[in-house]
Amino acid sequence: MCPIEVLDPGFFTSIQDLGRRSWQQCGVPISGAMDPLALASANTLVGNPAGAAGLEWTLGGLALRAHEDTLVAAAGRGFRLEINGWEIPLWMSAVVRRGWTVRVYHTGSGWGYLAFSGGLAVPEVMGSRSTYIKGGFGGLDGRFLQAGDLVDLNPASPSPELAARSLPVNRRPSYSDDLTIGVIPGPKADAFTSETLAAFYQSTYTISQVSDRMGFCLDGPPLQHISGADILSEGTLPGCIQVPGNGQPIVLMRDCQTTGGYTKIATVIQADLPLLAQLPPGSGQVRFKPVTLETAHALHALRWQNATQI
Amino acid sequence: MEMKLIPVGDGAVSVIFGSTIDPITNRQVHALARRLHTQPPEGFLAAVPGYTTLLVQYDSLCLSSQALLDWIERENQAASQVELPSPRLVEIPVRYGGSAGPDLDQVAALHQMTTDEVIHRHAAPIYTVYLIGFLPGFAYLGGMDPLLATPRLSSPRQSIPAGSVGIAGAQTGIYPLASPGGWQLIGRTNLTLFDPARTPPTLLTPGDEVRFIHVPD
Repeated sequence: MCPIEVLDPGFFTSIQDLGRRSWQQCGVPISGAMDPLALASANTLVGNPAGAAGLEWTLGGLALRAHEDTLVAAAGRGFRLEINGWEIPLWMSAVVRRGWTVRVYHTGSGWGYLAFSGGLAVPEVMGSRSTYIKGGFGGLDGRFLQAGDLVDLNPASPSPELAARSLPVNRRPSYSDDLTIGVIPGPKADAFTSETLAAFYQSTYTISQVSDRMGFCLDGPPLQHISGADILSEGTLPGCIQVPGNGQPIVLMRDCQTTGGYTKIATVIQADLPLLAQLPPGSGQVRFKPVTLETAHALHALRWQNATQI
Repeated sequence: MEMKLIPVGDGAVSVIFGSTIDPITNRQVHALARRLHTQPPEGFLAAVPGYTTLLVQYDSLCLSSQALLDWIERENQAASQVELPSPRLVEIPVRYGGSAGPDLDQVAALHQMTTDEVIHRHAAPIYTVYLIGFLPGFAYLGGMDPLLATPRLSSPRQSIPAGSVGIAGAQTGIYPLASPGGWQLIGRTNLTLFDPARTPPTLLTPGDEVRFIHVPD
């Protein structure tokens, strides 16, 4: 018997790790957790490497039954957790005994993560266990979870002192519905007038309802190109802010295409992309602030260390 | 080789070789990509070719941007001194027209050609895989006869079968997966363009050469 049984799959629940990098030159997207800091923290709490495969969902509604004893930790935004009927805090490891249920209840917008001791043991596809729904591969048969699914865990024997550890509040990501996000300008900032660039950095954008794992569309003042939105197709990656002809920017997310033909006005820094991913579609607000490469790298190292050293 | 380096966020750098589509610039992109994949330092994550650029992704936690730039400069100098191996030629058998290519008649009529002439012109050149993107295994091919340039369908199809060969504007391409799309479909191949279980997962890789072989029904 596989140790994890899905009683209720919730919404858009899939298996994700930190993504696949190695076949992007052949058009294979990175995929992986929308909020890698949350997944990495949950994994660290149960004694896994930061990049072990766990569950990702949005809108909650998930219910699981354990058929073996295990250790779990949940992290992310927009949900609360119950284990065997007890309310269990997020960002904390907790024992799950054989036969107990784990339930995730929707409390707001956001992406949630559940890590299991050992990590989910689906086969690696092209070097990763992440699900890429559009391509139909990775995770569990390349699809969202369904009721009745059984998922295996890698063997692990977590020591008892790993239970009931929590990540201190000041080391968790500071989620908010209203954010100022750091970007590195370019690579195509010179495709825009200086007035447009000034408007981009002074405006507040709202995350559009048209937002998913491929990209977040932004509603706000349209941005004018000097001479057209199209460029020769070139490599892209999550965080790139593309501006198509209608002038409404799109932030590329984890399932984005590997190449694109729109001008990129700026690119969100690695440290801030998970925070942007957790903004609620329809109401989340964001402003962009240029930062230096040195600042960006230092912030990324700090946030990653906060998430993964407990 | 002249090149320019521009940061793309704090996890990638774009190596820019030019600004127009041409085979020589694109070959420089692939030459550097091949060098970078040979003996990468820890922290190198990927090198993704575009028409005239190479996007090099790195893990800033273990590779500094200065070390990355120095390495790219060094490898690019070496790449310009090494003679490139001749590209791999991949032959792709295609059934043109009929149910495999429902738009062939329309494309022929638009250009006032016979269907045979469209097929002949499409199967004559040796194409170059400039880059791969849009879908896993979708190759952007350079070298189509300009007389075959055809606008997209005014209303896209809901689903196009994997292996469909189409024309959109001045480009020709093959759908690696079933997908919605607005390309004019002139034929289909039985080859599998993308298989996640295979290594490499795609039939075509950037820099390959491609020839379409007309297979009668």
